[in-house]
Amino acid sequence: MSDISASAAGLPGKSSLYAESDRTRRRNAAEKRFRLYGLGAVGIGVIALVCLLASILGSGLSAFQQTYLKVEIYLDPAIVDPNDARLMEDPDAVRAELSKVLTFGYAPLIQGSLQAQAEELAAGPAPEITPQLLAAMVSSAAPTTLRDYVLANPEEIGETIEFDFLANARIDQYLKGKVTRESAALDSRVDVAQLNAADELLDLGQMEKRFNWDFVFGPDASENRPEAAGIGVALIGSAYMMLIVLVIAVPIGVGASIYLEEFARKNWLTDIIEVNISNLAAVPSIVFGILGLAVFINFMHLPISSPLVGGLVLTLMTLPTIIIATRAALKSIPPSIRDAALGVGASKMQAVFHHVLPLAMPGILTGTIIGLAQALGETAPLLLIGMVAFVRDYPEGILDPAVGLPVQVYNFTNRADPAFVERASGAIIVLLVFLVIMNLVAIILRRRFERRW
Amino acid sequence: MALSYFVILLLVLSAAGYVLGRRKAVAAVGGETRALHSLVSFYGWNVALAGFLSGIVILALWALFGSGLAGSLSWIGGVVALAAAAAAVVVALGSIAPEFRARNSVEAKVRGILIFCSSVAILTTLGIVLSMLFETANFFSQYSWTHFFFGTEWTPRFSGNSELGMLPLLWGTLYVSFIALCVSVPIGLFAAIYLSEYASPAMRGVAKPAIEVLAGIPTIVYGLFALITVGPLLRDYFAGPLGIGDSSRSVMTAGLVMGIMLIPFVSSLSDDIINAVPQSLRDGSYGLGATRSETIKQVIVPAALPGIVGAVLLAASRAIGETMIVVLGAGAAAQLSLNPFEAMTTITVKIVSQLTGDTDFAAPETLVAFALGITLFVLTLCLNILALYIVRKYREQYD
Repeated sequence: MSDISASAAGLPGKSSLYAESDRTRRRNAAEKRFRLYGLGAVGIGVIALVCLLASILGSGLSAFQQTYLKVEIYLDPAIVDPNDARLMEDPDAVRAELSKVLTFGYAPLIQGSLQAQAEELAAGPAPEITPQLLAAMVSSAAPTTLRDYVLANPEEIGETIEFDFLANARIDQYLKGKVTRESAALDSRVDVAQLNAADELLDLGQMEKRFNWDFVFGPDASENRPEAAGIGVALIGSAYMMLIVLVIAVPIGVGASIYLEEFARKNWLTDIIEVNISNLAAVPSIVFGILGLAVFINFMHLPISSPLVGGLVLTLMTLPTIIIATRAALKSIPPSIRDAALGVGASKMQAVFHHVLPLAMPGILTGTIIGLAQALGETAPLLLIGMVAFVRDYPEGILDPAVGLPVQVYNFTNRADPAFVERASGAIIVLLVFLVIMNLVAIILRRRFERRW
Repeated sequence: MALSYFVILLLVLSAAGYVLGRRKAVAAVGGETRALHSLVSFYGWNVALAGFLSGIVILALWALFGSGLAGSLSWIGGVVALAAAAAAVVVALGSIAPEFRARNSVEAKVRGILIFCSSVAILTTLGIVLSMLFETANFFSQYSWTHFFFGTEWTPRFSGNSELGMLPLLWGTLYVSFIALCVSVPIGLFAAIYLSEYASPAMRGVAKPAIEVLAGIPTIVYGLFALITVGPLLRDYFAGPLGIGDSSRSVMTAGLVMGIMLIPFVSSLSDDIINAVPQSLRDGSYGLGATRSETIKQVIVPAALPGIVGAVLLAASRAIGETMIVVLGAGAAAQLSLNPFEAMTTITVKIVSQLTGDTDFAAPETLVAFALGITLFVLTLCLNILALYIVRKYREQYD
């Protein structure tokens, strides 16, 4: 009895259930703080995602628009076709004869047409403009574009056509609000008079911004004309690589999972394989690039920077992902399915291939798509197998030099001209669109076909 | 490409083998297929697989080892492969008889294929280790290993006389990874705790996928984010005014962005682990009068600690091996410095820079990349194995 009364005396003084004691208040405050930390952490994660996307979209969306300058051009036969080749019968001969006039020869033609436009502008709204300044507002890719057009349409020689030339990257960036008058004053490659002229031309309707399919499907362009650079070659390169990954990684991955999950006995060999696969999944991707360089290029002499080598490297990299996903899918099929098949006389192989595998298919597909998405965004290993090269020609097979979409982004970031930042972000938007589509397909597949046993 | 034509021819041959095998089996029993040991299609498959496998093995061997030897004579391998396939088809056709166990034969072959598929993983690891070991040995025959592992100077010159000390690179790697972990571990852990213990199902349904989207974004996107947004921001509003750095590429830039990249990695791993702690532990703690946060701090986190440590180690291994963010965010200057707002470089950056462009595979300046690669491989492998070991050894079993 005395014990109880003694300890009762040690309790804190009178307390009421209605009033919070100091200690309770402190504990509740700690609780609230802890909860806020958690909320803050989630908030930071979401804000980071929003910032990332906003930064990429903000700097990249404008890459899909491009400024064009309308120029009336008289295709003077004396310049573009001095030998009257257009009158010949055979179209191939016409082409051969016309291509003797080099790109260089077309430049005066454009300058001549711009001269008139410049004088008109100088007389009216933009007095400081000179023909040289106006000519510099047109992309240096213009003569090539015009030459390609003439080669394709020889019948229009001798006529006056209205042609849309790409505007120079500085003018384009000015109209997109990325070059300001202040920054232009410091830039030797652009003159404030040109910016005034650009405003006037826009008002006159001779200059316009419109959607730029050439960015999505056109080839890359050299360092000093970002306005003409596109990601078409990279899209094709990535498509080839994805095809190779699909054709090689999926059968091998599914085969390996079936063996490990359904047939392999538990012994040291299967243990090694399992540890191996989980380790491969965590090996840095750049190590696969070193492997590709050493084995596929230096040892097997496969062509450098080809989609074949890229695809093989990405295959090895995605295999663990596919194997892990497929094994999970196979594991989720209840043993009763196998037992039923075995019970009616199927062999083990038949039970797996005729019953378990079709039921596991949605899970396998989901895992495969996730693996492919991972492979599509991978950059580092491709850098090591020579895919950073500048490639302008569309690859015609898996052995031609190509670049991948993420590598193209890296290429753009390596160039000095700030206009390439827009291109890099634009390429990333295209990449992200593909990734979103792939992930959506995976989610839909999972929602629609997933079965709970 | 000659190889693809041969593969197509081989497929045609196998298809013909299937038809012939099937027909021969039916003919052998005069149409009474019940007298056969196996289903008719197995006889066809057996012939087709025999032809295809023998052909494709020879083609693969030829592609691996022959092309380097023969060059323009690449069709020889194809012809040999086709001949072997045809011979195998003839032999398989010859063995068809009513009592022939075609199904067992097919299943043995399929099993062989499956075993080959699972050994690809081992072959890959073997390839990685062997290729790097071979070139690294080559490197150490030209450059002293003590200088490589303990040298503090990194000045590769292709004219010779390079100093190839790894320590500045290792320092940069560890510094960037440390900052990345300082960002990602608290945020990821708190996010996981909040989402699994506090959040309403509706909020969990929105916030969890949003955070996991971060995991699906390719690293080149983070790299560009570091380059065009985070780097200039840190330089103009933080390092510049304080006078502690004037470079937009810095350890801090790369570390912060890499930390963002690792948030979903830490949070989804910890989320799984926290969810695996049984409800009875929580109920016991609540029953003793603990608040939610006290339960989390004193019951759940200690119970989940081994798993959380494993997750952190896996995140560290990710951070060490990450390439694109540091290539675009951390810079290329190899130096030993404590200032996080200076540009530093990492192992992965130098692997990329030594192996891209014109490379001469006899020069130590190129071969050093392989030595760096194997260092990286061993480093990440050790972290992964340690993580698995901790998780397995200290995992509490609640059943």
